Amino acid sequence: MKTAGRALLIAIVLVAVAAPWLAPNPPDRQFDSYLFAPPTRIHVGGEYGVYFYPMRLVSRLERRFEEERGRQVRVEWFGRRLLASSDEREPLLLLGADSYGRDIFSRLLYGSRASLGLAVLATLASMLFGAAIGSVAGFAGGTVDEALSRFSDFVLVLPAIYVVLALRAVMPLVLPPGQVFALLVGIFALVGWPIVARGVRGIVASEREREYVTAGRALGAGPLRLLAVHLLPATRGYLSTQATLLLPSFILAEATLSYVGLGFPNSVPTWGTMLYDASNVSLVVDAPWMLAPAAAIFLVVLAVNLFVQGSGHSPVQLEP
Amino acid sequence: MTTELGLQARPEEVARTRARFDLDRSPVAQLGGWALRAARFDFGESFLYNRPVGGLIRRAAGNTAVLAVAALAIATCLGIPLGIVTGSRRGALAGAIRAASLVCLSIPPLLTSLLLLFVASRTGWLPTGGMTSVEAVDAGWSAWMLDVARHLPLPALALALPLAATFERLQAQAMSETIHQPFVVAALARGATWRQLLIDHAWRASLRSMCAIYGLAIGALLSGSFVVEYVTAWPGLGRLMYEALRARDIYLVAGCAAMGGVFLAFGSLVSDLLLFAVDPRVREGQTA
Repeated sequence: MKTAGRALLIAIVLVAVAAPWLAPNPPDRQFDSYLFAPPTRIHVGGEYGVYFYPMRLVSRLERRFEEERGRQVRVEWFGRRLLASSDEREPLLLLGADSYGRDIFSRLLYGSRASLGLAVLATLASMLFGAAIGSVAGFAGGTVDEALSRFSDFVLVLPAIYVVLALRAVMPLVLPPGQVFALLVGIFALVGWPIVARGVRGIVASEREREYVTAGRALGAGPLRLLAVHLLPATRGYLSTQATLLLPSFILAEATLSYVGLGFPNSVPTWGTMLYDASNVSLVVDAPWMLAPAAAIFLVVLAVNLFVQGSGHSPVQLEP
Repeated sequence: MTTELGLQARPEEVARTRARFDLDRSPVAQLGGWALRAARFDFGESFLYNRPVGGLIRRAAGNTAVLAVAALAIATCLGIPLGIVTGSRRGALAGAIRAASLVCLSIPPLLTSLLLLFVASRTGWLPTGGMTSVEAVDAGWSAWMLDVARHLPLPALALALPLAATFERLQAQAMSETIHQPFVVAALARGATWRQLLIDHAWRASLRSMCAIYGLAIGALLSGSFVVEYVTAWPGLGRLMYEALRARDIYLVAGCAAMGGVFLAFGSLVSDLLLFAVDPRVREGQTA
């Protein structure tokens, strides 16, 4: 189970890294006559080897498409991109098109970069924050510990999603994508650190009493050296588990924020903005492929759950 | 001020409105006055709705409470029995339940509500979104109740599925831990039947750790209910909070936050009371 989870996670990361090569179309390209087009079916055989029939819009009102059976478009593979249509005007839409006629599959791949990148950075930031504050609290003890622990408990008790919403809502609404990215990393780190800090504090506080620390101190190691060389390595296992738990919750937080319109602007492909496109139920009923980002998020969370369950920890993830 | 009255407001009108929002007093006096009123649960008047915050919040909190209680009930009824099964036996059935709960665990409320909404609109089994339909508003009390009951399952289920999976996992874990304890083996040796063993001995002992989870579950329900309420247009506290934040209606935000705090406190109170009821050791500690 653990191996399956790990393999899935690695595969997802690889896909995100290789997105420009794997995606058949540029993520922003709008194919005007392909609004809400269904997924293209790929056929094997014939004179081209791999080909598909181009789509024709039959009725704009009903958003009905039909394959043009008379003509075959060759699919180029292992070229500049993994799969690409040989005809510029006939796009290869593996997961259909969205309301602007953009290729959902390509956007999904590019979106994984923003969504995963944001989540990874936010996780790293909250680990750093949490480990620093937790180790100081655990090592110093006394009033410092008391103050820091109470403060982190206070942040921990707040329902995280409301804090994120409130922090995001007081910031200017419309920002360039780069600033939104940095802002969200900051906000997520502010919400994520107390969980890490509490665990690290517990481990450091109990390890501090062990003989090897006393021995280190007797040999003349200062508090910084003791912390960095002797105590923090003890928290490594805890930190790695916590990281795998934080990662999906940040992906989800991005999706939620973008879904309610407080995240990235719609032109940036992320899983959240794509879900926002899918928020109109009456449109999605006839175009279920718009829900593809939901499947992507599900895959990531499932991979993490498999990984964490396999390594013997229960995934208690009550905060989204 | 300008947005409230427009550019050509007369001076006395401006003064009256300033007095209404306490803007003619010093900032300290404003803050002090607000804090005093807030302590009496009077959160002032919403800018967004031009109505007292208290009434708005009371209605929204009621709706959220209905949703949360329904979700909690579904999650408990599904999660705990299934957890007992998976925690106490092996085989195909337990394996299937475990796999199903792992899948449910991986679909957070945002996705469950979207998927359920999709299924509901595709099949037409359940109304999509909202708490009442238009016709039912004036149709009398019983019709209104029925209508709400028809709208409730979708958001409640969306909220309950991931929670049920969490309950199942935790219950299974607690169960498999207690089932190897000496007292369970002793009960088996005394000739207790399998059912007695499971329910009277192992389950009762494993309830301790479950009660602690219930306190946390309220917080999760609050967070989850924001997403579900937003997606399915359920007029609850999460939606109100979101609207207040978007409109920068600070009095309403403060009121919502306070209400959320009340919910959280209530959750941990319930969890402590449950613990008191379940664990004889806690009771003994109280009397001694």
